[in-house]
Amino acid sequence: MPHILAEALTIEFPLYHMGARSLKKRILAKSPIRLRQDDSNRVVVSALRDLSFRIDRGERVALVGRNGAGKTTLLRTLAGVYEPVKGRLEIEGQIGSLIDPSAGMDMESTGRENIVLRGLFRGLSEAESEAMADSVGVFSGLGEFLDVPVRTYSAGMQVRLSFAMATMMEPEVLLMDEWFLAGDADFMAKARERLARLVTGADILVLATHDMAVVREWCTRAIRLESGRIVADGPVEEVLEAA
Amino acid sequence: MLDATLPRKASPPVQLRDAARPRRRAVAMEDLATGLRRWRLPAALARLDIRNRYRGSVLGPFWLTLSTAVMVVGLGFLYSSLFKLTLADYLPFIAVSLIVWTLISQTVTDACTSLTSAEGIIRQLPLPFTVHALRCVFRNALITAHSLPLVFLVFLATGTLPGPEVVLLIPGLALIAVNAFFVALFLGMLCARFRDIAPIVSSVMQLAFFMSPVIWKPELLGERAVWLPLNPFYALMETVRGPLVEGGVPGIVWLAAVLYTLLIGTAALAFFVRFRGRIAFWV
Repeated sequence: MPHILAEALTIEFPLYHMGARSLKKRILAKSPIRLRQDDSNRVVVSALRDLSFRIDRGERVALVGRNGAGKTTLLRTLAGVYEPVKGRLEIEGQIGSLIDPSAGMDMESTGRENIVLRGLFRGLSEAESEAMADSVGVFSGLGEFLDVPVRTYSAGMQVRLSFAMATMMEPEVLLMDEWFLAGDADFMAKARERLARLVTGADILVLATHDMAVVREWCTRAIRLESGRIVADGPVEEVLEAA
Repeated sequence: MLDATLPRKASPPVQLRDAARPRRRAVAMEDLATGLRRWRLPAALARLDIRNRYRGSVLGPFWLTLSTAVMVVGLGFLYSSLFKLTLADYLPFIAVSLIVWTLISQTVTDACTSLTSAEGIIRQLPLPFTVHALRCVFRNALITAHSLPLVFLVFLATGTLPGPEVVLLIPGLALIAVNAFFVALFLGMLCARFRDIAPIVSSVMQLAFFMSPVIWKPELLGERAVWLPLNPFYALMETVRGPLVEGGVPGIVWLAAVLYTLLIGTAALAFFVRFRGRIAFWV
């Protein structure tokens, strides 16, 4: 059964390229809260500290909190980008992540080539990726621009292409950052519909966002992060009111 | 239905990351297996790298062929008279030498950025790191492939043809490919963690160019040539150059080349198993 289980999950970013020792001392003196020295005398940023939670099938979880609270780091950790420094993370279910839409996009390639490339990134065969290209092309509404280098696209067109590529999946665990709110109004109507289907199709949704309207509309549970710790976890209204 | 084309994949349903019991070996082996199985992705990325590098240029990657050709002809004339060799004798040697050396030295230099250049992808998509190392190998293989017509041209022009031992070229190239992969993995990680390694590597490669028999023939060393297999660059270069222009390779060179491959392979794998989980924090 799809679920996410985190026990005392901790992520620390070491600051390796930090020149002089005096600078190190000054930084440490200034912010004793999230910067500290680890056992081997390195300065590390505690991005996530001691997170424990369990998300079960059917839950739609919003990660809320200020910039730098650790929302995106938690999403990336769930996606498998970062290995936990301490603690344990167990995820059952196929993961789909909509974290950075443009990751792995090649600006010099055409839209169609990028779609095939994205398919390869996801581990599809070339034939499967080619098949994906047509449906993504239709959905993104790029028309003839599909065969033009992405470099020449407007920002809105890039978002449309990214969105169409990213949502061509049916994951059990869906990890999403709030970038998808960009895009022109006409496309957003279409996008909403697709997102709604993706979200309802997924067994678990984890969404990082600042937009409380989105949280209220889509989520059943909210986790509030503050400087890398969980400060509130519960039904949406409870968590949002407490702040 | 759109999604009918994308069936839910039976990838490992449970992912477990436990800092107390990291299962490093299993995770690293899975990375290698998945990365090698999905070789099409690094191949596509390598093709893009080459295309983007020469975008808008008329000759494109054939500039590489041209510049190698100029080098071969220039060095051929100069050094054949310095070493008092006939041009027909020296030209095939220098052509193969230069191409193989460029392959080795470019791969090693490129290996230093195999992971740091993929920073954007590493931090966003959980891909096997093997993919990035393979991308580096494929990229350099493609670049070298552009210079291969030169070898044929030189052979035609000088009327020298390699004997049946030329089939040994295949294991020779395979050895270089395996080495390239391990070097891309090893140096890629090392240079991501310690940013001073890359400049060191590039100066070592420059020194190695003069210290290895690239321009000069190994015979020039006389009796001391027996020590040459101690130079790993010589051993690897010779497994490709020997079958093409020197009528075969002594067994000791093969032995040395295999030994160096095992060494770098062990080092790279040990390092990869131990530090794989840290790469995303390093780049």
